[in-house]
Amino acid sequence: MRYAIQARGLVKRYGATKALDGVDLEVPQGRLLGVLGPNGAGKTTAVRILATLLRPDGGRAEVGGFDVVRQAHQARSLIGLTGQYAAVDEALTGMENLGMIGRLLGMTRPAAKARAAELLDRFGLSDAGGRAAKTFSGGMRRRLDLAASLVGRPQVLFLDEPTTGLDPRSRTDLWGVVRGLQSEGVTVLLTTQYLEEADQLAEDIVVFDHGKVIAEGTPDELKARTGAQILEVRPVHAGHLGLVSSVVADVLGVTPDLTGGTAVAGVQDPAVVPAIVRRLDDLGVVAAELSLRRSSLDEVFLALTGHRADDETTDETAKAAQEVAA
Amino acid sequence: MTAITLDRPAPVARRVSPAGWFRHTMTLAWRSLVQIRHNPMELMDLSVQPIMFLLLFTYVFGGAIAGSTGDYLQFALPGLIAQNMLFATLSTGVGLNSDITKGVFDRLRSLPIARSAPLTGRIVADTLKQVWAFGLFLGLGLVLGFRVHTGVAGVLGALALLLTFALAMSWISVLIGVIASEPEKVQIFAFSILMPITFTSNAFVETSTMPTWLQKWVDVNPVSHIADAVRGLLTGGPVAGHATISLIWALALAVVFAPLAVRAFKNRV
Repeated sequence: MRYAIQARGLVKRYGATKALDGVDLEVPQGRLLGVLGPNGAGKTTAVRILATLLRPDGGRAEVGGFDVVRQAHQARSLIGLTGQYAAVDEALTGMENLGMIGRLLGMTRPAAKARAAELLDRFGLSDAGGRAAKTFSGGMRRRLDLAASLVGRPQVLFLDEPTTGLDPRSRTDLWGVVRGLQSEGVTVLLTTQYLEEADQLAEDIVVFDHGKVIAEGTPDELKARTGAQILEVRPVHAGHLGLVSSVVADVLGVTPDLTGGTAVAGVQDPAVVPAIVRRLDDLGVVAAELSLRRSSLDEVFLALTGHRADDETTDETAKAAQEVAA
Repeated sequence: MTAITLDRPAPVARRVSPAGWFRHTMTLAWRSLVQIRHNPMELMDLSVQPIMFLLLFTYVFGGAIAGSTGDYLQFALPGLIAQNMLFATLSTGVGLNSDITKGVFDRLRSLPIARSAPLTGRIVADTLKQVWAFGLFLGLGLVLGFRVHTGVAGVLGALALLLTFALAMSWISVLIGVIASEPEKVQIFAFSILMPITFTSNAFVETSTMPTWLQKWVDVNPVSHIADAVRGLLTGGPVAGHATISLIWALALAVVFAPLAVRAFKNRV
């Protein structure tokens, strides 16, 4: 199998903090790897190293077969990068932004213009293409930013939290674009804090925490790894919640979480569900909702790391160090 | 819809050729200049401010300082030109800082282009802005009654001296632009240095009118020497001494600040 991205033992220190602590990554050509983790886990640092913006303190990485340190120039000619902040020149129009990149990539003036027009059209920005980017909405800027990273027809695309701060609709739009790129065979490395996003887009996932890869696999494999399915029971009468809780605890041997009027508990063996249903029936408890589902990535993350994915407090120090160094 | 990505033609260049570097520099210089069109504030900086300063100094202070607005204009225009040149070097640092903080710089650095092009492109554009400001001052000055007593060679000599000094100064600007956390801080920091330096010179007022302790500083202040050299080059009078001292200052600034700026630049990016 040919790998578009290969990294071995990447280390990056900021003072005493290790932003990356020996990270290995492999992305086969044409696959989409989702890098999942909380703020400060080292996702952005990894992307910056792979996109030749940052030198690692240890380890090595290749993109498209080119070493990102020693053959940075060649690697750059294969990659596209969309960072956390829409890196567009606000004082230029959409057309000028994209045209400039085309010219920098060595296109003739007409070719750069044609490519810019094509991308504006594809990202639904044709009408706004003649306006300065500072007049664009957040979603439009992100789309322009993504378009800018595609001017050179990259073989490997880095998307660093591309939907952070976007409204749900813009997010769904952007997912559509990413899927389109996937279908065209572009290798994508996407970082995200949103488990749903990784679940929606990624073929493979690695989970970062404190500068290390703590889990990897397909979304299904990761969900299966926690070994549990999730049982949710919500009684019609809120007053029955206590009864539900005791039945579930009795049958499963674990105390369910009762937040939001629903009893939620992990199930190792789905065969116990009928027993619970019978017991509730005997007690005259009617369930408004009774379901068995696979655990979400959120629950997987919790199981793997002991803290939730959106729990930022644990990583404030690492994040602060990263910001200072960046 | 056409496919958005195709396999790029295989052989990949190992480095940027000098011709490539030149093209990248020019493209990014073009970008800096096109920005002006969408940014009215920058147009103000470049044009309205010089015009305003020239009119204010000539008609408000002229009578009081030199007895007549005409005499004062003849004395102060070279000083105003020198002051404006120094302040205009700020734009290099401000622009660079805004690129770095907004992430545009990362985008540029992820492209297969010459590493120095984002810097050189900006400097080319800023040099053109300096030429524009010089022309504006001189043109408006002529309309208001300023007279060049030397000739075309003198004018070009003055421009060359100003651009050389501006280039040396822009290393300081780059250094501040790279270290500062946001563009506004570049402006505040530089303003609080440049304002006293330009005013404690002979750019606007004869040195002999100042207290002796201040005169000592005014006589070494590089702004005084640039102002005097430009005066000499435009209206006649001694040039060589002042021009030489100005160039020595420029060289010293470049020798000290260029390595610092380059080091800071490499560390930051």
